[in-house]
Amino acid sequence: MQQSVIEVNHLYKAYQTAAGDFPVLKDVNLQVLSGDYVAIMGPSGSGKSTFMNILGCLDMPTAGSYVLDGYAVATMAADQVAKVRNQTIGFVFQGFNLLARASLLDNVALPLVYAGVSKEARHARASLLLEKVGLSKHMHSHPNQISGGQQQRVAIARALVNQPRLILADEPTGNLDSTTSEEIMAIFDGLNQEGITIVLVTHETDIAEHAKRQVRFLDGRIVQDTGAVASTEIGHDHV
Amino acid sequence: MFSAMLGEAWHAMGANRLRTFLTMLGMVIGVGAVVLMMAIGQGAEASVKRSISAMGSHLFVVLSGPPRMGGARTATGNAPSLNVRDANAIVELYGVVGVAPVTMGKGQVVYASNNWNTDIIGTTAEYMDIRGWGLSAGYPFSTSDTRSATRVALLGKTVVQNLFGEEDDVDPIGKTIRINQRPFVVLGVLDSKGQTLDGRDQDDTIIVPLTTAQRKLFGNQLPGTVRQIMVQAESDNVMSMVEDALNSLLNQRHNIREGADSDFSVRNLTAIANSAAETARTMSLLLGAIASVSLLVGGIGIMNIMLVSVTERTREIGIRMAIGARERDILMQFLLEAIMISIVGCLIGIAIGVTGAVLVSVFTQAEVIVSSASVLIAFSVAASIGVFFGFYPARKAARLNPIEALRYQ
Ligand SMILES: Nc1ncnc2c1ncn2[C@@H]1O[C@H](COP(=O)(O)OP(=O)(O)OP(=O)(O)O)[C@@H](O)[C@H]1O
Ligand SMILES: [Mg+2]
Repeated sequence: MQQSVIEVNHLYKAYQTAAGDFPVLKDVNLQVLSGDYVAIMGPSGSGKSTFMNILGCLDMPTAGSYVLDGYAVATMAADQVAKVRNQTIGFVFQGFNLLARASLLDNVALPLVYAGVSKEARHARASLLLEKVGLSKHMHSHPNQISGGQQQRVAIARALVNQPRLILADEPTGNLDSTTSEEIMAIFDGLNQEGITIVLVTHETDIAEHAKRQVRFLDGRIVQDTGAVASTEIGHDHV
Repeated sequence: MFSAMLGEAWHAMGANRLRTFLTMLGMVIGVGAVVLMMAIGQGAEASVKRSISAMGSHLFVVLSGPPRMGGARTATGNAPSLNVRDANAIVELYGVVGVAPVTMGKGQVVYASNNWNTDIIGTTAEYMDIRGWGLSAGYPFSTSDTRSATRVALLGKTVVQNLFGEEDDVDPIGKTIRINQRPFVVLGVLDSKGQTLDGRDQDDTIIVPLTTAQRKLFGNQLPGTVRQIMVQAESDNVMSMVEDALNSLLNQRHNIREGADSDFSVRNLTAIANSAAETARTMSLLLGAIASVSLLVGGIGIMNIMLVSVTERTREIGIRMAIGARERDILMQFLLEAIMISIVGCLIGIAIGVTGAVLVSVFTQAEVIVSSASVLIAFSVAASIGVFFGFYPARKAARLNPIEALRYQ
């Protein structure tokens, strides 16, 4: 049996605006199995980011259910949701979202602070991950001293620091040139091979082709899904 | 985790130094003012208390002449209406433990080439006990000195300094001085008493036997009369009883009918002193209260800047929440920052307040007391202000919705 990491059923999301309710997601259903690698595509304004934010427990749906790793997110207490964001999910943003005042090491180590990890362990783990994304030389630099591609690597290292099962990335290469994008995607590919489930949003077909599965959004609905692939089959497809 | 947060709070404080400094300044001024004002107030209180205990306890003074009416003494001639026999009668009253008739005047004192004009008190040996006034050198005079009107004198410290010089190279005991041309032998030197409540120097005094003063110094209008009689009661409890007894005894002795004006007045010195102490205490409280207002203003300054800080760092808060910060982590982060600003400000304020107190005491000679209690109060009030005024902004930060915070530009 394949374990499902994400199970979304009849998900609705409407934003309250001055002009009244503005529906963005309309009956979205999606199941993502452990080890899957999903690329979400679709035109601007189709609700991709809205969906990702709900998957990342940063926002709540208006209706419908979201079961993450076997737990219904709607029933969780605030502290539990914080713990999920801290340990189950690693979120990578288009705009990197690093703390400008902190060094790269401190940025990567920050989730560990909220996990209650000791200072020595934090630094050891964070420097390990910076090494993994090829930035060990810049450990004590600040985000404004490095390039966009490097910043995104730091953000990925931060997302990975608590060893999450799931990486969510909303247009992780949206601010990067194509060469840098390929480098970032190579990191994601490697992570997926390690068994980490990845869901990412992109506008570019060649980025989406890194994933095993493509899901297309249109006007708040999933209009195309290349289908969940069992992990055994993944091996055949890619190796 | 807590130490990581402390470190971050410290960093955040350093991120905008000028702003942090200005915010802190409110706290510094507030705490400095509280510490300084309390030091001045407590100093005043202490010096009043010392004057009171120097005066002697449970004291009445009976003055010659009718009570003052609206500040002006109604004229009934200059002759004192009290006499030594009144004093002897008062001794017999229940609750009275000491009586000393007193007559006083000014005298010109000469020793060698030194000249000094001072107050002369003529009284009995008991006066010293009643006032709780000891000698720093020599001996007091005795009842036999009073009886035979010997020319002996006890000198206050100020008098000694003016006649014999500031240095201690001349021992005044046994020396002969001249008071109003007449020779007196110095028997003793009085302990220093400092100032009275109204600022008179009590050490600028010479005490001589009552009879000596009456017969040999001031001449005499009526033999045996005195200007005042000091009366000491046994305890606080009998004070009002003794006061009534003094009035009725003297009215009877002076043949004053009920309803008629007395030719003497009884004053409760202890009550007057206590009310002065009360005034000093009220002053001290008032000063503290006024200073506390600036502490409050400092607190509001902290709250203001923390609100600005929360708004500025909305995005940062969103990021922190997105990677797993709980509400209480965010709350603690901002609360710690506010507390840190107020505590650092408070420490600087205490240093400035103490320095100010020392300067005040050096330049005005006024007594100031920096008590550990006042420092502790200032410190805990400042810390509470940090918590109180930091809490609202911190809670505002903690309650932010993560996605809205992340979208904040
Ligand atoms: N906070 C909000 N309040 C109101 N409407 C919103 C809000 N956030 C998004 N929307 C609207 O919801 C719709 C979907 O937005 P979303 O950001 O999910 O689109 P997207 O698919 O991520 O687009 P893009 O490819 O440009 O990133 C848009 O029409 C947008 O205007
Ligand atoms: Mg988007």
